[in-house]
Amino acid sequence: MNWSGKRIITCIAALGILLLAGCGGHQQSVIDPGGPLAGRTAGLWWFFFWLLTAIFIAVLALTLWTLTRRHRGIEQESLEVTHLPSEQTESKLTRVVAVATIATVVILFILLIGSVVAGKANADLGSRAKNAMVIDLTGNQWWWQVRYDNPDPRRIVTTANEIHIPIGRPVEIMGRSNDVIHSFWVPNLQGKRDLIPSRVTTNWIEADRPGTFRGQCAEFCGLQHAHMVLWVIAEPEDKFEAWLNAQLRPSVSPTDSVKQRGQQVFLNHECIFCHSIRGTTAAGQVAPDLTHFGSRRGIGANTLPNTFGNLGGWIVDPQRVKPGNHMATVPINAADLQPLLEYLESLK
Amino acid sequence: MNRMDKALTQPDVETGGVAALRHSWRHPGGIIGWFSYDTHQAIGMRYIVTAFIFLLVGGIEALLMRFQLAHPNSGFLSPDRYNEIFSTHGTTMMFLFAVPMMEGMGIYLVPLMLGTRNVAFPRLNAFGYWMYLGGCIFLYWGVFSNSAPDAGWFSYVPLAGPQFDFGKRVDSWCQMITFTEVSAMCVGAELIATIFKMRAPGMSLNRIPLFCWSMLVQSFMVISAMPAVMIASSYILVDRTSGTNFVNPAEGGDPLLYQHVFWFFGHPEVYIMFIPALGFVSAIVVAHSRRQIFGYPAMVLSMVATGFIAFGLWVHHMFATGLPQIAQAYFTAASLMIAITSGVQIFCWIATLWTGRIRMSTAMHFVFGFIAIFVLGGLTGVMLASVPLDLQVHDTFFVVAHFHYVIIGGSVFPLFGAFYHWFPKMTGRMMNEPLGKINFWVLFIGFNLTFFPMHILGLKGMTRRIYTYSPEMGWGTLNLLATWGACVIALGGVLFLVNFFWSRKAGKVAGNNPWDADSLEWAASSPPENYNFEHLPVATSRYPLWTPQEDFTVVTGLRNDRREVLVTTLMDAKPHHRYVLPGPSIWPLLAAIGVSVGFAGSVFNNWYIVWGSILTGLALIGWFWPRRPVEMLP
Amino acid sequence: MRALATIVCCSILLLGACQREKRDLRPSPTRVALFGDAARQSPLRPGGPVEPQPVVTNPYNGSSYAIAQGQRLFNWYNCAGCHSQGGGGIGPPLIKKAWIYGGEPENLFDTIVKGRPNGMPSWGGRIPEYQIWQIIAYVRSLNGEQPKSATPGRSDTIQTNPQTLKSRTSGATK
Repeated sequence: MNWSGKRIITCIAALGILLLAGCGGHQQSVIDPGGPLAGRTAGLWWFFFWLLTAIFIAVLALTLWTLTRRHRGIEQESLEVTHLPSEQTESKLTRVVAVATIATVVILFILLIGSVVAGKANADLGSRAKNAMVIDLTGNQWWWQVRYDNPDPRRIVTTANEIHIPIGRPVEIMGRSNDVIHSFWVPNLQGKRDLIPSRVTTNWIEADRPGTFRGQCAEFCGLQHAHMVLWVIAEPEDKFEAWLNAQLRPSVSPTDSVKQRGQQVFLNHECIFCHSIRGTTAAGQVAPDLTHFGSRRGIGANTLPNTFGNLGGWIVDPQRVKPGNHMATVPINAADLQPLLEYLESLK
Repeated sequence: MNRMDKALTQPDVETGGVAALRHSWRHPGGIIGWFSYDTHQAIGMRYIVTAFIFLLVGGIEALLMRFQLAHPNSGFLSPDRYNEIFSTHGTTMMFLFAVPMMEGMGIYLVPLMLGTRNVAFPRLNAFGYWMYLGGCIFLYWGVFSNSAPDAGWFSYVPLAGPQFDFGKRVDSWCQMITFTEVSAMCVGAELIATIFKMRAPGMSLNRIPLFCWSMLVQSFMVISAMPAVMIASSYILVDRTSGTNFVNPAEGGDPLLYQHVFWFFGHPEVYIMFIPALGFVSAIVVAHSRRQIFGYPAMVLSMVATGFIAFGLWVHHMFATGLPQIAQAYFTAASLMIAITSGVQIFCWIATLWTGRIRMSTAMHFVFGFIAIFVLGGLTGVMLASVPLDLQVHDTFFVVAHFHYVIIGGSVFPLFGAFYHWFPKMTGRMMNEPLGKINFWVLFIGFNLTFFPMHILGLKGMTRRIYTYSPEMGWGTLNLLATWGACVIALGGVLFLVNFFWSRKAGKVAGNNPWDADSLEWAASSPPENYNFEHLPVATSRYPLWTPQEDFTVVTGLRNDRREVLVTTLMDAKPHHRYVLPGPSIWPLLAAIGVSVGFAGSVFNNWYIVWGSILTGLALIGWFWPRRPVEMLP
Repeated sequence: MRALATIVCCSILLLGACQREKRDLRPSPTRVALFGDAARQSPLRPGGPVEPQPVVTNPYNGSSYAIAQGQRLFNWYNCAGCHSQGGGGIGPPLIKKAWIYGGEPENLFDTIVKGRPNGMPSWGGRIPEYQIWQIIAYVRSLNGEQPKSATPGRSDTIQTNPQTLKSRTSGATK
């Protein structure tokens, strides 16, 4: 088969197009920005991508083109004897290689400027932000602790595994970790930032359209690093305020005897050693806050969607779903399980 | 018989001729003798074979990972087992395959290319190999007893610290590092000494083959970078076993200290694996396009510059830790700058190929594959140098794709090309060329099928080091494609083994110089005798075997009845003095055993440092025990 | 023959690490068994010969994962609130030779499950049995009674508390 440069490039391009077909509009995608920061990065990505693809094709074409010369017998005689082409050829080559090297330097310089400018613009969001909001995010093995701070202690909101942000407002994420290094990453909104124990790292996110954006821990943190998912829900300002105020309320009291029974089950088992439900005596600090668990999207750092069936399976056998996670396998009676589920799901 | 062969077989009547040479360089017999070998061909071959075995082992670990990731929510491997396997895969490939393989090729080829008989310190060479083997055994003992490392190949703290990683898993990782880095430093030291001081007369610095330059640069890098990883892994080890707090944030230590020290090694490490491959490519391009390399000074300077700049890039592995902007900009600039030096090399090779008479041997196929794959990997590296892009794709499969493109494309493809190119020299037979070309295409296609989709997976948000993922992410198809590609790579590996074993038995007999190549190793017999050359050659040009001469000059006057080599000056390789190399010795093995006892035992109990030191001390006493002056030997 | 012997020897040596590296991620949450029969504190029995007592062993002895989980639970369930990190405070120290209610595994199990006078709560029915054994393994390690290879070299007893440490803010904005 005649592997001319053109044929090979066509093959590669076809394959590339096929593979890139899976690219657009997806959850947790770098190239589907939901905010200005990710948008700037995505723009930089496409600039790099097209420029470097062109360079790659050029280099590959040049390399493969050398194969077409080998049967033409250029300067065959001198090569056979001295293994060196003529002086003229050598000086021509020198010029070409020098030009290519200078071109490389120039292109890299352009890329450097582009990258530093984009990076600075993203980083300076904080200094330009007028109505910024702050969220404290603490990474734990293997869940996210979320805290909306407030100078008035009565208005501090604590939740887990889910962040709501208003559209159009820059949000500063103050990252901490209680154990190992984690990393906060919501690709649709911004690049990642590690959460390092003994340090506070800061990162900015901003959404400019409503949506539910998926984030995932991006620094290997142990057995269940794969199942440490964070949802970021961007909503209009008024809906966000409504959500925040709803979170401030203490937990919903049980409205019927079954849910009452469920609350008793919760309070009489070891759940309270780790979890907290404000408005009850449960005040554990080492596991996700369950005060408004019923209104959250997922269980176990969003390993499972939050449904009755999943919750039942999770409580009865958390190690089957997420082996190695720190939730104890609580021995629980069948008669106690349904009321407990009803109670927990009622905590909207 | 050409002029070279005739000149090299002049009988030397003074000290017994070839027979005496063969006798003084013979390998000792018996089991003890086998453990005492100290010729560079034997030790180099041991490195190559051992490293190749670990390439296969690491490949099996990769296949297991791919089987697990082929389908969402796969139950093939538990999270604990998966963590162990990916950590061991990375550790095996980086520490037990890549660097030792390059070193082994260097140990085998450098003395031949320089026109000398052995490396400068043969017993240190043997000691280095036994230490490397000790590290392999130590790590895999752990692997088979459920103590495989499970915190990644880089073992970040606090995850790898005493509180979050239980048992002896990370400890065995830490101490394996010490074994293999001691071994690497031994090789680095002896190669520098050999390349600087034991060249053929007339082989001035600007006439050294490019592969020897690459090994020189690599050896300096090894000596500068390996201590950093020994220190970093020792931080973790003593924190875990002896109650120190180097990287314990609760007591004033700093997890980021570990990252800085580790990556100060980690970035040069990838160039340590890559620069010898540049040497392979230069050697193959010159021999198989049958022209002198274009731009020799540029090639040398760009390799040296790569070696230097590689030490200034390490923070690009830490962009996500929250650095000041000025630091980010500096490391972006440095990371982009190193593309210039690699680019110069590529341009010079293309220029050489453009004006040469290309022979499309299997080795040349691998060179073309190298260019295609490595350039793509290098360009994704340019993307990763940019901080905003890196912050998005760091710790995703985009990075996995990038480094496999640069390592497999940049190191492993040239390595396979080197195998096909030097197999005739090492075994005396040619490898099967048609099968070799099929081998190349299977590896090339399989590689791209496996790793190209990973770029897209990274952009779609798939993070690294996850043992599974859910179906709604839409990552399943590309992962399945990657797994099929991995199977194709495995097939390529099998094809290579088939070709290797078949060719050893039944390949066409190669002469001394089947490729009509230029460098001195092709003047020795295939396979080379223990003494390499009957008479040490004199180099009168950069391409000794391509230089037509009336009388091929050789060195005479060295004694054949003992292991004598010629030490030459650094710059111009003028003969300086004769040097008698020691013969085979069991002491390097015994010293390595002593050191291994100390290292391996100290993971469990600090007293083993004492016992190991005593054993090592005794072995060193035996090693350096003064011997009768050689003149008095009968 | 030599090959077989080598394999057998290697296998035996390799098995040595089994208990240390065992990771029992999914133990069955059996009902808490009250070792009323086993937890005797006196070998004397009136009438008849002394029956050999059933020997109770901690299934997690020597398991590094279990000891580490025990350490985590010791702090999460606030044993440290009364016993500190083994030195005692409100409660008696746990690093000692003479145990008030006996130091055998079954005695410790009983203590945790049933509680004891003067302040030791009864944990039975609240936490699953396997966690009690993990805590006991950890307490044993405080006494140096677990293999050194299975216990961490230093105790990270001072938990990093970001609110009290000097905040080292590091971000691209600063």
